Amino acid sequence: MSKSKADKYRKVAYYPGCALEGTGHAYDRSTRQVGKALGLDLVEVPNWNCCGAMEAKNIDPKVQTYLSSRIMSITANKMGMDVVMAPCNGCYHNLKKAEYDLAHDPKSAEVVGQLAGKAGETAYQAGQVESIHALEWIKSAIGEEGLRERIRGGLKGLRVANYYGCMYTRPRHIFPEKDAGPGSESTAKPHFMDDLLAAAGAQNVEFALKTACCGGAHTLSDSDMSTRLVLNILQAAEAAGAEVIATECPTCHSGLEMHQVRAEKRFGKKTQVKIVYFTQLLGIALGLSPRKVGLHENVSDGLAALKRRGAA
Amino acid sequence: MPIHEKSLIRPENLKTHEQLVVDGVDVSGHWSTFIQSRVVTDYNEALQEEIAALPGGEYIHRCWQCGSCTNACTVNAVNPDFNPRYWIYLVRVGMESELLRDKDIIWQCVSCNKCTYACPRDVAPEGVMKALSHWLELKGHTRKSPSMIFDEVFTDQVIERGRIEEGRIIQQFFRRTGQALGQDWLIEMGRRLLRRLPLGLLMRLGLAGVHAPRTRGWARSRAALREYVAQEQSRQRRALGLEDLIEGARRDAAGITHG
Ligand code: SF4
Ligand code: SF4
Ligand code: SF4
Ligand code: SF4
Repeated sequence: MSKSKADKYRKVAYYPGCALEGTGHAYDRSTRQVGKALGLDLVEVPNWNCCGAMEAKNIDPKVQTYLSSRIMSITANKMGMDVVMAPCNGCYHNLKKAEYDLAHDPKSAEVVGQLAGKAGETAYQAGQVESIHALEWIKSAIGEEGLRERIRGGLKGLRVANYYGCMYTRPRHIFPEKDAGPGSESTAKPHFMDDLLAAAGAQNVEFALKTACCGGAHTLSDSDMSTRLVLNILQAAEAAGAEVIATECPTCHSGLEMHQVRAEKRFGKKTQVKIVYFTQLLGIALGLSPRKVGLHENVSDGLAALKRRGAA
Repeated sequence: MPIHEKSLIRPENLKTHEQLVVDGVDVSGHWSTFIQSRVVTDYNEALQEEIAALPGGEYIHRCWQCGSCTNACTVNAVNPDFNPRYWIYLVRVGMESELLRDKDIIWQCVSCNKCTYACPRDVAPEGVMKALSHWLELKGHTRKSPSMIFDEVFTDQVIERGRIEEGRIIQQFFRRTGQALGQDWLIEMGRRLLRRLPLGLLMRLGLAGVHAPRTRGWARSRAALREYVAQEQSRQRRALGLEDLIEGARRDAAGITHG
């Protein structure tokens, strides 16, 4: 590889995914705004499709492999690019899983080849594209140093619990670049979001449930289970002294918001901690207005917490 | 023999005598507890092969019963009866009747992949849970779980138009599972959102509900995916010794009656 990661990630293909068009709109907005403020270029993947989230694989895993491979095929063959960035854990996970399966399982490659052929598309070949999460994008393209130089105002010691959810680190084998020595992300104790927010002036709390599951897969089909799992996470964050939980996935984010309300309504358990996308926090630290990063679109109202600290 | 963290003794097979004297010694109460023996005769020797034929179940034969999956499991922490290691054991020895005792909780797996992360043998227990749920439904032991209905509604929309629109999915799911959309907590969520969302975005979301987003030129992908899913489902039914739906439909179409 000739180009450094920082150069390579300066301009990447952007796969927002369905959730960012709906409930995760504020995440889309703040991701784009932060990219702009940092001088990074996002080129949206044209005519993208849904990756199938956590559902398509339960109908048939290779349906999901095809759906994600189509995104990587467009990136490589139509856009001529070699990095695609997804802010959604679900999209990111599925891209990585498709990459792994296509590289290691001949049957997957065969089925995807057939499906792409019938659809009149060029089949994606493993290795053409590198799929990254929004966290890796900012961490590698800008880094903590670069971020510190650009901070205007900062987060003023806001106490943050960093919540990564399931799909960013599990299962380990689809993320070969993680747990790969100094500087790499950890699957057991991820820290990229912690690093970025610390550089932006946050005070990260010791939070044991970073990669706990919120029960997102059954958010509507087994709501009591999801509410219990979310309540655990919210209470642990509060016990650790967090004012805010930072999220990096639209599904995790809306899961926490939704079941915070549900825990209050159904179980009579009220929690005060606010749920904010890490890109919203970064944007505010960079001097963008709360409106610009869509803070008013969140169900959980984080503005007061930021104001209390004098960060917004 | 593997070590079980769960007892195989059924509570109803534990017998205790309130009053019992044996050879002049009083052994009343729990002193006289004994286990009524039971004989299992309905082993299904094909069970492991059936599960392995379903997506996710392929690697079940690798399991060495270490228990790491159950130990790491999110749902097990909430419900101790949810026990992936134990179910894998039952499948491997073919104890179908024992497995069926837990048929109504297997679908609860939240796909967090903690088990797959922990498993030293790459069994991918998360996949096995999905295969078990499919198997239970295909064999008619359970009705379609709400979770499976959600997966179907979701995947159907992706295959149909290339993209999903969340509002539509929620509506369809509530309709198919016969739940009212007017749940107190959903209304509260909506209320908090409405209070805060700018009018422009609300209109955009409303429009997405009317003109659902779609991927352009998707027709050929749709046809290819539909054909593939139908083929796979037929193959799975055959592997379980069930009637092939495609064959059945063809026969019906040709006017041949079931003999
Ligand atoms: S995972 Fe979610 S956001 Fe990503 S494409 Fe699929 S539905 Fe859309
Ligand atoms: S934490 Fe919840 S939404 Fe996030 S990846 Fe896990 S189950 Fe999905
Ligand atoms: S994926 Fe399912 S079985 Fe595995 S740990 Fe999570 S809930 Fe348990
Ligand atoms: S962790 Fe893997 S090997 Fe161990 S019991 Fe579970 S499935 Fe079997």
